[in-house]
Amino acid sequence: MALPPPDPEFVLRGTSAAIHTLHFSCGGQEPDVPVLFSGSENGFIHVWNLKTHRVDTALDGHGRKSVYCVETMGGKDRLLSQGRDQRICLWDLAEGRTSVTDSVFTENVGFCRCSLLKVAQGRWLMAMAAKALEEVQVLELPSKTSVCTLKPEVGAKLGMPMCLKLWQLHCGSQPLLLAGYEDGSVVLWNLSTAKALSQLVCHQEPVMSLDFDSEKAKGISGSSEKVLSIWSLNEQQNLQVCKTHKLVNAGIADITIRPDKKILATGGWDHRIRIFGWKKMKPLAVLDYHTASVHCVSFSDHKNPTERLLAAGSKDHRISIWSIYTQT
Amino acid sequence: VCFIPGGLDCSISFVSHVLGKGCVHGRQKEILSVLIPCLTDLTKSDCIWQRICWRLVERVPDRWMEAVVLGFVQRAPGADVLSRLLGNLVVKNKKAQFVVTQKLLLLQFSHTTAVLQNLLGYLSLDGLRRALLIKVLQELLETWASSSAVKHSPPEQQQYISKAILICLSHLNEPEIESCRQEILTNMMEGVKCHLDSSLPQIRRLGMIVAESISLKINSDGPVLKFQYEEDDETRALKSLLVQTPPFCVVPSLPDDDRNEKADAALPSVLESNKKACTAAPVMPDEESDAELDSDDDLIPYDMSEDKELKTKAPVYIRDCIEVLMGSDDVDKWEATIKALESLVRKNPAATREVSVELAKILLHLEEKTCVEGFVELRQRAQVAVLTTDPIPVAKYLTSQFYSLNYSLCQRMDILDILVLAAQELSCPKSHGKTRHSGAQKPCTQLLPGSDSSKDWRRIVDERIKSKTRRFATGKSHVELASGPNEFSSVAGHFFFPLIQHFDRPLTTFDLLGEDHFVLGRLVHTLAILMYLAVNTVAVTAMGKALLEFVWALRFHTDSYVRQGLLSCISSVLLSIPAEHLLEDMTEELLETQSWLGGKM
Repeated sequence: MALPPPDPEFVLRGTSAAIHTLHFSCGGQEPDVPVLFSGSENGFIHVWNLKTHRVDTALDGHGRKSVYCVETMGGKDRLLSQGRDQRICLWDLAEGRTSVTDSVFTENVGFCRCSLLKVAQGRWLMAMAAKALEEVQVLELPSKTSVCTLKPEVGAKLGMPMCLKLWQLHCGSQPLLLAGYEDGSVVLWNLSTAKALSQLVCHQEPVMSLDFDSEKAKGISGSSEKVLSIWSLNEQQNLQVCKTHKLVNAGIADITIRPDKKILATGGWDHRIRIFGWKKMKPLAVLDYHTASVHCVSFSDHKNPTERLLAAGSKDHRISIWSIYTQT
Repeated sequence: VCFIPGGLDCSISFVSHVLGKGCVHGRQKEILSVLIPCLTDLTKSDCIWQRICWRLVERVPDRWMEAVVLGFVQRAPGADVLSRLLGNLVVKNKKAQFVVTQKLLLLQFSHTTAVLQNLLGYLSLDGLRRALLIKVLQELLETWASSSAVKHSPPEQQQYISKAILICLSHLNEPEIESCRQEILTNMMEGVKCHLDSSLPQIRRLGMIVAESISLKINSDGPVLKFQYEEDDETRALKSLLVQTPPFCVVPSLPDDDRNEKADAALPSVLESNKKACTAAPVMPDEESDAELDSDDDLIPYDMSEDKELKTKAPVYIRDCIEVLMGSDDVDKWEATIKALESLVRKNPAATREVSVELAKILLHLEEKTCVEGFVELRQRAQVAVLTTDPIPVAKYLTSQFYSLNYSLCQRMDILDILVLAAQELSCPKSHGKTRHSGAQKPCTQLLPGSDSSKDWRRIVDERIKSKTRRFATGKSHVELASGPNEFSSVAGHFFFPLIQHFDRPLTTFDLLGEDHFVLGRLVHTLAILMYLAVNTVAVTAMGKALLEFVWALRFHTDSYVRQGLLSCISSVLLSIPAEHLLEDMTEELLETQSWLGGKM
């Protein structure tokens, strides 16, 4: 007899706007407080204290335009945020400061979240959608120098890039980019040659979100239709579809794989969060708490496995925090 | 029976006479069941025996020819055998020709399909006889196409003729069909019209199948007629007649050995394939069990039974439903409204009564916007719900619309169906506790406050009594049937009389007594049902009188469906009205009806 799905551990309220992005930063040592960053539609980035469940700070740096991507760069003192004011801001939050140290003007009016990858101590690569419709630009941070611009070939008709993921097999190896596009295809780019290594059409509708497991060379993508597509990368750097998983309701907004690669979570337009086992895509749980579309899901990076959390931000102005499958 | 060839004329005549006399006296079965198998065997390869057989049947006197030919046709195991036995009898003998081409096909219809196959196959097997086949086809088509035949002959005969036509078509080849193409086409067009006009669905379907087959045969390369009808065993059987299977020669002795060999050969191959399947099977589980040993499976799934499709919410108020149905462009909402409407109407009778006529109007004119499953049924149930919630105004509206301009036949028949379903619902006592009328549960008990407590105290008292009394024997327990007032009695008149009012007044688009006799038939049946459901109501006598007058006016109608309805009306009248009223108030009508029925039968 299966247990009924668990209730959220706690629910964070107070953003008074739909939440578009979440990011945990819980890896610090005591007395560092585990923190959750959330970006909302009203342009604020809230820093939530996960011990008191209250907002510690609210950052306003995007001119009240929606913030749709938030990432930390090595610890919770350096924050990167991306908003609809066509800017990517770098923040310095150490010692209670809340200042924007730098910003990148992307000239891009889309919704594609940027992707960060640490390549060396103090050096990051950031991939973002560029000004031109189908292009992706990769910058090096904090120097803001352009590493490459990835242009699909003429007539490819991929549409806008919808989601990006920079990854490398291990530290020091060549970084690669996986990009999901508006026409439903996922393209693997080689950054040094700025050429596409492989293209795979996995959906009929735009790819809304994707995530990739570099150890198993397997990835998953979700779109606005009822199907999740799981694909893998073989030795020749070619993408191929492994299997598809049919959902009950159409529309996936966000997918994320837990850092231990055991489970993954999807946030859907049908207000539900679904948990699957990553190895065989076994459906594990359907968490039904929100009353509007779930926009983002994120796993925490707690060092202690039993403290791990899953956060989901939704259009109903709530962030639900769940503690699920923490025993493994 | 062993004959020596040569000089056997006289003997054959004598045998023919014996055969004929025996057949005519009804001994066909005994004689022919011995004779025909013998002759079949003997005539198989021996020409002389064939000629002897032909002479045998030719010499049968005319007065007994029919019995003999009928016996042969019925008992021959196949068309080719019949051909061997009878030869060109039909060409040479007038009587035989009459029996085969006219009597068996057009005047009788009790024979099986196998007999028809034999007969028509026999006609097709020889050049001389094929001319007869074409003639037969033309006569069959003329009969099929005649409107009086369609109206007055029994459905079994019509089916028989249709089968004969299909078999004929299967035997004819291209040049023959070309020669009489024009007549076939004319007959087909006329026949289709008569058949589709009929009120009986069986006749309509027969007409459609035959017309399709004919058009297939004569227009083999051009566009063919295609009708929509439900396929079932009957239609498939009819259509299979169009395709001729080659006659099987059942020769018992020889292929036994062959068959055994083949069976033996078949067995080892089956065993082999089984073995292969077995070896394949064990490989699979190994692979799977390897995969099973991964540690992923220590993650126990939670209960996901609540994970269902997300539905758009249907409106909760009746007036909202009306708005959505009237003008909304949101198809999801429209669909959800249609599905939820019936239950909403039943749950909110007071709110429904306020807008009942409007809702009825909208539902009557509602067309299918999206592809909802069971749209017609959903709409009908909603209409019935509206009608039962507020019977009098809605019935008034519906019956007036029945006789108005510019409604389709389908809508008018929908109105009749809704009236019947609502009447049925209203006249049955409400046995469930959902809509409990205050205090009207059991007229013999006192009015008790609160519904649940009344049951409880009864239960407690019963249990107390049971625990304290010693029972020696319990009698037969009888279940008390739930009772409730018959709600149809107050509104029966409103359902019934407006429907009878204007039946003889033709409108531009609706003429009950003329073309639209199908709707008239349905109206008559509806009136019969309403009459029957009005048993024990106050208005029943007046209804009965009006109905008998109505029946009297229509008693000579040409459509058999209407006449059936009239008979059921009379039955309802006799069943519903108490005998005293019948004899007192309606004596003249009763006597007239009796004389009519007596004269009819």
